[in-house]
Amino acid sequence: MFINVVVGRPALGLLMAALVGGVVFTQEPAGGGQAGDSALPNQFEIAASWAPLGTEDVQNDSVPVDYLGLAITDEARTRALSYDESQKSMMERQCQGWGAAYAVLGPFGLKISTQSDPATRRVVSYTIDPWEDWAGMVIWMDDRPHPSEHALHTQAGFTTGRWEGGALAAHTTHVKAGFIRKTGVPLSDQATIDWRFFRHGNVLTVLMVARDPVYLEEPEIISKGFRLSAAPLDYRDPCAPGFEGHEPGDSVPHFAPDQNPFVNELVELYHLPREAVLGYRETLYPEYRKKIKDSYVPPPPCTADCGVAGNFVRRRGP
Amino acid sequence: MRRSLVALTALVLVLFAAGRPASVRAQRQGGPAPASARDTAPIDLTGYWVSYVTENWRYRMVTPAKGEYRRIPASPAALPIIKTWDPAADTRAGEQCKSYGAGGIMSVPGRLHITWQDANTLRIDTDAGTQTRLLRFAGQAPASSTVPTWQGDSRAHWERVPAPDRGGSLNVVTSHMRSGYLRKNGVPYSDRATVSEHFDIAPLPDGGQLLLVMTTVDDPVYLNGPYIVSPHFKKERDGSKWEPTPCSSTW
Repeated sequence: MFINVVVGRPALGLLMAALVGGVVFTQEPAGGGQAGDSALPNQFEIAASWAPLGTEDVQNDSVPVDYLGLAITDEARTRALSYDESQKSMMERQCQGWGAAYAVLGPFGLKISTQSDPATRRVVSYTIDPWEDWAGMVIWMDDRPHPSEHALHTQAGFTTGRWEGGALAAHTTHVKAGFIRKTGVPLSDQATIDWRFFRHGNVLTVLMVARDPVYLEEPEIISKGFRLSAAPLDYRDPCAPGFEGHEPGDSVPHFAPDQNPFVNELVELYHLPREAVLGYRETLYPEYRKKIKDSYVPPPPCTADCGVAGNFVRRRGP
Repeated sequence: MRRSLVALTALVLVLFAAGRPASVRAQRQGGPAPASARDTAPIDLTGYWVSYVTENWRYRMVTPAKGEYRRIPASPAALPIIKTWDPAADTRAGEQCKSYGAGGIMSVPGRLHITWQDANTLRIDTDAGTQTRLLRFAGQAPASSTVPTWQGDSRAHWERVPAPDRGGSLNVVTSHMRSGYLRKNGVPYSDRATVSEHFDIAPLPDGGQLLLVMTTVDDPVYLNGPYIVSPHFKKERDGSKWEPTPCSSTW
């Protein structure tokens, strides 16, 4: 009967048109914005496998002395110059792994999962799976407090997080004394790290702001991009120490800080200023570029491993 | 039945008129202008910002060696251009701004001055190369020039965080650019390239602010895949360190 009424009444056609038109016209942009605005798509969905992009040089670990892009204290510089990377071939040090900052400074991707309270279904934590030489990270989302300052410090540290402005904001404390770079630049157990995880489409950008009152003159800020991986990442192989040339009980390989044989390697390879290679603060700002403009001599043309598939740094000759 | 149907129709029409956007009603009634991109901005990008070069230092703070294009997915078509880069020839041809185009300008160390040129156009001035980018929001007429420019045509829109949270991101898509360089040493992008950016802000522990510009360059001619970087900037209190410099082919 209702159908008969609709078909038989022109006024009702007008009613239907008005209803449809009203619905269309009353659509407002999300959040009270303007036409063309949109809601941030998928920004809360970070539980996935994320492969590294590799289009930015954030590792800076291809030669033994490379502190480019850091603002470190004199004490940190001295300690870093005393570091010999062959320490990591000692049996007892092979599986020490790297600290929390290695999430963005390392070469691997991120496999992120979420854990929920079975009763409330609220997210309790996000977990970034460990790699062979990285301890992984748990980001607690349930408002639990950070432990006492006297609590155990670990490679992973203790991290809490919350959603803020469309990004996952996290804060790490209780890190064990370790390194901010694989070239031996130290990070103290007083360091803290703030993180932001921004998802835009299929790209996840992880922003790390590391502060250290002992070894960093300014925060180390790294933003590293990852792309959504169709294939799940799997880095579950545990570290297994093996003989790499050092017997247990051997002395720890090191250099006297003023006798590091690699101190000029990057300087000579790319004609870079020494203060930049050694991590002086002023080298991070545009004024420094103007300062060295007249003294910088470009290196000779690249002839080997010049592209994306090659080594990221030209190695020494035989 | 007919009487009630007519009444219902009238009611819906009243609701329909009342439900139309305030902007439409305002225009008919001579009321306030529609909400602008400036008025509805979920984040404040305005101010002076300085590059904080902690990544890609060797590719940004100094001019890399001729022929080096590490970490850029250059296509085979790009290789002859990379290998024959001649900055002097660029200067002679009046093309010394090739590394200051929209495809690479945000990675050039320098300062940004971000202002609202009008209610729906965000303006970014750079002191390095003395460039100006105009980010036009919905409703703005496209740039009038039919000739590609270094900064191209940029369409912007806000991406908002759903309530009750607050905040958001600025998405900008730029096309119609002159062919330029992704790096100072002549790694090219073509005039068919597009640049997609997200501008995000994060607080710094010392109370300052950080601007993060996640940038994706797609180019069917000179790139095998997207080139993605995320340069970041610290906010400065004022423009006292603002120092415009001209484009340079070599530095």
